[in-house]
Parts: sequence; structure tokens; C-alpha cells
Amino acid sequence: MGVPLTELAEVIRSKNSGPYELTMDIIFKDFDSYEKVKQQKVINKELISRLYQIPQEDILSIINFDPAKAIKITIKRPLVAGAVGESDVYGAQQHAPLLSIEI
Amino acid sequence: MQEIKVLSPTAILGYGFPVESFQNGLAQHPDFIAVDAGSTDPGPYYLGAGVSFTDREAVKRDLKLILKAGKELGIPVLIGSAGGSGANEHLAWNEEIVKEIAQEENLNIKTAIITAEIPKTEILKKYEEGKIKPLPPAGEILREDIENTSRIVAQMGIEPIIDALNNDVDLVLAGRAFDPTVFAAPCIKAGFPQGLALHMGKILECASIAATPGSGSDCMLGTLRHDCFILEALNPNRRCTVTSIAAHTLYEKNNPYKLHGPGGIIDLEQTQFTQLDDRRVKVTGSQFIPSPEYTIKLEGAKKTGYRTISIAGTRDPIMIAQIDEIISEIKNMVRHNFSHIKNDEYQILFSIYGKNGVMGKLEPKKDIIPHELGVIIEVVAKTQEMANTICSFTRSSMLHYGYPGRIATAGNLAFRYSPSDIPAGEVYEFSIYHLLTVNDPKEYFPITIKTIKGSE
Repeated sequence: MGVPLTELAEVIRSKNSGPYELTMDIIFKDFDSYEKVKQQKVINKELISRLYQIPQEDILSIINFDPAKAIKITIKRPLVAGAVGESDVYGAQQHAPLLSIEI
Repeated sequence: MQEIKVLSPTAILGYGFPVESFQNGLAQHPDFIAVDAGSTDPGPYYLGAGVSFTDREAVKRDLKLILKAGKELGIPVLIGSAGGSGANEHLAWNEEIVKEIAQEENLNIKTAIITAEIPKTEILKKYEEGKIKPLPPAGEILREDIENTSRIVAQMGIEPIIDALNNDVDLVLAGRAFDPTVFAAPCIKAGFPQGLALHMGKILECASIAATPGSGSDCMLGTLRHDCFILEALNPNRRCTVTSIAAHTLYEKNNPYKLHGPGGIIDLEQTQFTQLDDRRVKVTGSQFIPSPEYTIKLEGAKKTGYRTISIAGTRDPIMIAQIDEIISEIKNMVRHNFSHIKNDEYQILFSIYGKNGVMGKLEPKKDIIPHELGVIIEVVAKTQEMANTICSFTRSSMLHYGYPGRIATAGNLAFRYSPSDIPAGEVYEFSIYHLLTVNDPKEYFPITIKTIKGSE
């Protein structure tokens, strides 16, 4: 327990993938860390469901992308981008809960 | 033709670029210049209201440099999703800018204008025929969604752009287009593989965002061969690395292996990224897989009302500790005072920065008590006047509300501005984000050829 994801990752970000989805990328610094996290399936639906307090069916996909040593998480937006009451039109500031992950 | 070169000056027309980077690109003799001008990211307002999200003067600055260079080198310029959302009003706005440049620089610019707006009557017809299907997680479309939508555009594929290029034009001014198409179409027309051309376009449409350090305001060069493409940042202070390019392939898409577009999928299962030298990356293996049905993505936005906001803050710990109860009480006061107005004619929203202003429902930290809070009072109502009235009353009620335990009795809010209330105009929301099956990829994207003249 205990290596913060922020030490292993070079990029942790969120962004719209169209107005109905939020997609989050964790890009690792090196292939060893990426492979380890990927093999252990640390980033899984239970974890994301807990961090964002959303039902697992709202987690649309978690995909490993080897060429970029990256893990991509896509969730359904609670509100469509730009809808009344929605708070992040570009979806660019929804990554912070991922910063608390420890491997 | 062994290779074809495309210069991508900037991530969005109007985001700017250094002239030095642009000249570095021109020195490499590009075969064409392409730039994406659009996105749905800035939200539904711009499509719904027919307004550009980029600034006119900034667009003119970029476009003047690009059009002059295109004419000097005798190479075509392609603009995709003109005016940001690519509806007819956006195209007309961009065409006006081209006219001004033509006159100021005394250029005759032979232009192909491709529209991408589809009349509601046509969409309703297709809806009845069952040709419109949802793009999950968006839900099924309803007849009233279509009827209430102000403007509907569709993302064009490469086919109308290739047709436009067959007219030997200086400029292709395209309405809403799948982002990679203005980069890919000239390459595919010249006989290069569609998968590589589209994947290169997907990266180049964001220009130097795909380089490191990244920037949305700097130039990139793409060189496509028959078996690979090569990317190069044109500012010597930036580089393309395998990580920066591969990472960009993830950007804004839910699945990096399969990028859906008009008529098919860009399949990256076999894609390989190789570092060619310190500053360039080579990409191979990307393929285009045509879909059994040709679909185009529809985008529409409808008006939901008018907004007025008031921005304030509080630094009082007694108030901060009971902010939720206070907000709830203020809302009751407003409803009570305006009981003659129906509840569904207006909405009152409080965004509390320092608490959950950024993440809303997704915010996991619930127990932190900050020393100050930002408060945005927002009212969305049927008319601007009503939004102004409700916002004004909500603001004054909150300013002087006597919450339990109050010590600071002179006023509860620090206002940043005078006037404190800001009418923010029309409010739109996305109402259509669906796929339409077409028989002909060109049927909704008619082309007009005209010469925009500098002098008569």
C-alpha cells in the first residue's frame, strides 16, 4: 500500500468526450508502473464508483491504452455539458478525486 | 506522389500562432493548409444562438496570415466547422471576414462554401422514417426535441470536401465537419490511405496540443506517406514525442482504439508510434473500417430561457457553517414572495465555490469547512426581465437574511461588482446529439463556388 498515483503518473486529466460523457486519462511516467497498475487492475469500476459516488452502470468504460501507457475511464455526465446547473462546460476539472488514489 | 504535407497553424481558428512557427511550416513547402474552427466543448449556446465562440478580430488575424500564405504558395486553405459551430450563420460570419481580408489585401479568393445545417422539416421527416438513432448515453430523440431546437447541424465526412477541392479552389470554407476531415480529405483525394489520413487529421486538428510542451496556439506539420505519417512541431521549443502523440490520441475520445466518424471507424488496434528523432514521431498501422451504414452525427441546441447572475462571497464562519440551510430558506422566501409566478417559469441556482462549485454532485469531499465561500446566484427564467427580477430579489434577500446566530448584521455578502447583477442573456441546452443514416454522404452538404473579390 501507499505509493500515491501522482508519483507514478505524468498526466491525470478529465475532459468532455462529447457533451454527454466525461473521459479521464491517467498517463504513467514509465511502462513498469503502467504494467503493474494494469495487471493488478487497481483502476476498476468499484474504485471509480466510490471516488465519484456514482453507480457502476454510469461508468461506461475503463480502457488500457498500451502505446500511451495510459488508462482511460469514461463516465456518464451527471448533467449534459452546458445544461442549467451544470458546473464544468469543458469537463476539464473533474479529475481531482483520481489524485487521491494510492497503489 | 510519394508524400503529402499539411500545415496545421492552430488548434482553433482564432486561437493564434507565432508567425515564426508558421513560416517554419511554409518553408517546408506544405501541399495545403488546414485548420479546424469548431467544437461543441464551449457548450450549447454558440450553436443555438448562431454566434461564434471565437473572437472576430482574433479569427481575422489568423485567417489573414493563412490566406495570404495560401495565395503566395498557390496551395489550398481548408477551414472546417467555420464560426465554431458550423451552422449557416457561422459560415456567413466567417465569409464576411474572408471578404474583408480579400479587400484589404487585394486578393481574389476562389472559395467553395459547404453548408452543414439541415432544416428541421427534413429532420422531422427522417425521424418519422426511423433514420435517427441515439448515440448513448444520450437518450432516444423526441419529436418535441426536434421541434424546439433552434438549429441543427451535421458533421460532414471527407466526401463533400473532396468534391469541393475538385473545383480547383483557393479556399474551402466548410460548415460543421468531423474534425479530422479538412486535414484528411486532400490526402485521400491524392490517393493516400484513409485510416492514416484520418488519424493524422485527428492529431493535427489540435495542432501543437499534441506536442510537448503543449499549446493550442502553435503550428504543427504532418507528412503523410503511403505507409505512415510523421508529425513535427514547428516551434523549435516544442517536440513531438511518442508519449505526447499517443497521449493525444486519447484526448476527448472515449475509446482510443476505435474513433467513430462519418461512414466508419478509425481503428488503432495495430497502430504503432515510433520516435524518429528528437522532435518527430512516426505513426503506422491505423486503418479505416467502413461501417455497413453511413451515419452522420447531428447536433442541435434549444433555448431554455434567459439568465441573470450575481457574484458574491462570504467570509463569515457562522454563515458558512449553515450555508445549505440559508440557501434553502432564501429559495423559500423567493417562492413565497413571487407566488403569483408559476414555479416552472424560473429556476434559482446557487453555485458555492469553496464547497462544491466545480464538481457538484461528483464532489467527494463533503466535510471541509473553508474560511470563505464564493457564491454565484443564478436565475434562469422565461424572460430576461423575470430573470432580472428574481435574481435581484434573491440577492437582496440573501444579503440581509437574519440566519440563526448572526453577529454581522450589516450584510451577509461581499459583492465584487456594481451593478451586482449581470443579465447573461439567452440560455441554451443540447437537445440533439444523434446519428442520422444517409444514403449519400454528400446529400446534406451542398457546395457553392464563388470568387470572393478584392477589387472589382
